[in-house]
Amino acid sequence: MSRIRCKTAALVGIAALLLAQVAHAQAVAPTPNKGDTAWMMMATALVLLMSVPALGLFYGGLVRTKNMLSVLMQVFVVFSLITVLWCVYGYSIAFTEGNAFFGGFSRLFLHGTFNPADGSFSLAATFSKGTPLFELVFVAFQATFAAITCCLILGSIVERVKFSALLIFVSIWFTFSYLPIAHMVWFFAGPDAYTDAAKTGAINATAGFIWQMGALDFAGGTVVHINAGIAGLIGAFLVGKRIGYGREVLKPHSLTMTMIGASLVWFGWFGFNAGSALEANGSAALAFINTYLATACAVLSWTFAEWILKGKPSMLGAASGAVAGLVAITPAAGNVGIPGAFAIGMLAGLICLWGVTGLKRIIKADDSLDVFGVHALGGISGALLTGIFNAPSLGGPGSVQDWVTMTMGYPGIATQLFIQAKAVGITIVWTAVVSLIAYKIADWLVGLRVTHEEEREGLDISSHGESAYDY
Amino acid sequence: MKLITAIIRPFKLEAVREALAEAGVSGLTVTEVKGYGRQKGHTELYRGAEYVVDLLPKIKIEAVVADNHLETAMEAIRQSARTDKVGDGKIFVCDVGQVLRIRTGETGDDAL
Repeated sequence: MSRIRCKTAALVGIAALLLAQVAHAQAVAPTPNKGDTAWMMMATALVLLMSVPALGLFYGGLVRTKNMLSVLMQVFVVFSLITVLWCVYGYSIAFTEGNAFFGGFSRLFLHGTFNPADGSFSLAATFSKGTPLFELVFVAFQATFAAITCCLILGSIVERVKFSALLIFVSIWFTFSYLPIAHMVWFFAGPDAYTDAAKTGAINATAGFIWQMGALDFAGGTVVHINAGIAGLIGAFLVGKRIGYGREVLKPHSLTMTMIGASLVWFGWFGFNAGSALEANGSAALAFINTYLATACAVLSWTFAEWILKGKPSMLGAASGAVAGLVAITPAAGNVGIPGAFAIGMLAGLICLWGVTGLKRIIKADDSLDVFGVHALGGISGALLTGIFNAPSLGGPGSVQDWVTMTMGYPGIATQLFIQAKAVGITIVWTAVVSLIAYKIADWLVGLRVTHEEEREGLDISSHGESAYDY
Repeated sequence: MKLITAIIRPFKLEAVREALAEAGVSGLTVTEVKGYGRQKGHTELYRGAEYVVDLLPKIKIEAVVADNHLETAMEAIRQSARTDKVGDGKIFVCDVGQVLRIRTGETGDDAL
């Protein structure tokens, strides 16, 4: 009897100990997973690679020899400038709580991300409960997005834009277009904030304007590509056509560089899209294969369409198809299934081929490297198609409908497509207005273009005092 | 002495060089050039932009020969450079006033 009592007492003791441990575990905040941390730092470095050198080489190969260094230099310096502005105030405005359009100033100079007194790091939310990320990793990952977006724009105005005007323009545009749109589309309190169904409405109200509408943008169809593509088009109109456009031969000086650049862009885009899952999980795996597959589909659709319509399959066509596919799958990456990747990739190649041929002739602007035709058009197509192929009936995962219970669902094709269209429309109007004003300010301060003589001589010599090749 | 200037197809350079060597021409100068004649150019398509490339890449050969070697040398170039299609090139001949070998100071036919 006494032995039994002893055993019972022991069992009660063990149970009490276990309960205490469970309670303790609940009280301690979850720490970032080492696998997630490692993956996200690698993903960040991959996005840097897809900007410098990849985007630089892709763009640089498409200009004339005399402007090669100016393109590489513009990409290199814009990327660095935006990275600095991001750490000074950009991150705070994009990713802290404020109103539905702009965040706050609590993270100026990344204040509060690391506490030297106790060596602790602040944490950022992912898309799963109890799975935080070191905030500094999130800061760095998102910095590369802001930086590459600003670099994309310059493709519309290369070979004649004044370097100082470009830097002034991107600083203004980054502040008043990139940051609010990133905030509107991506900022929300994080899944751990949703603990009580009664408070869901209040927590939702702290999120960005477009996020609250329920728009889906996995890695930046609106924030990155439509945003940059429209800014590029406005720039092409305001900066004006290159001397000799439509009369002289303004052909690419090295499609070899362009091919290397496009390939590295494809490689780096795995970090961009799969990294946007913010965790090394199934969503990242889905984004990874979709990024791979849709791009291959777009290479084929562009190549074969060009072959049939223009007579020859070109290397530039294949490389452009890859970028078109990557752009279009960006908002869709983790938001669609395999059928979506096939469809979006195939359609992106055809739509963007039309964008750089038929549509370009209608628009009559010298969008030199087709930032509008590829990025804006591909981004719009991708954003809309995401709304369709997110449907579980079309192989998509749907989206989280209730962040308290993490219940997935889908509101219906017409509803989701309409939400996507509104997000696209808001982005187009917002970036167009900000771009217009930002170019005008840069024009007023320093003038948008180099002189006629400087443009003829080439920006490498006239703006940077060096030449790309010596053979 | 005569200066032979021949414009030929780039891929014919090796054949012409061998033929001239067999014909006793002991030296020549080669330049990569661009130009057009009856062959005209071709069109290149870069996305939506179509460019007519008028100037085609050619090779220019220059060789100075003694007067009595001229016909042999011209015939050697013609036979080795021809494909019988438009774009085979042309040969120009001019008189040369003087030639001097810098190392030895020899002049005239001895310097060739």
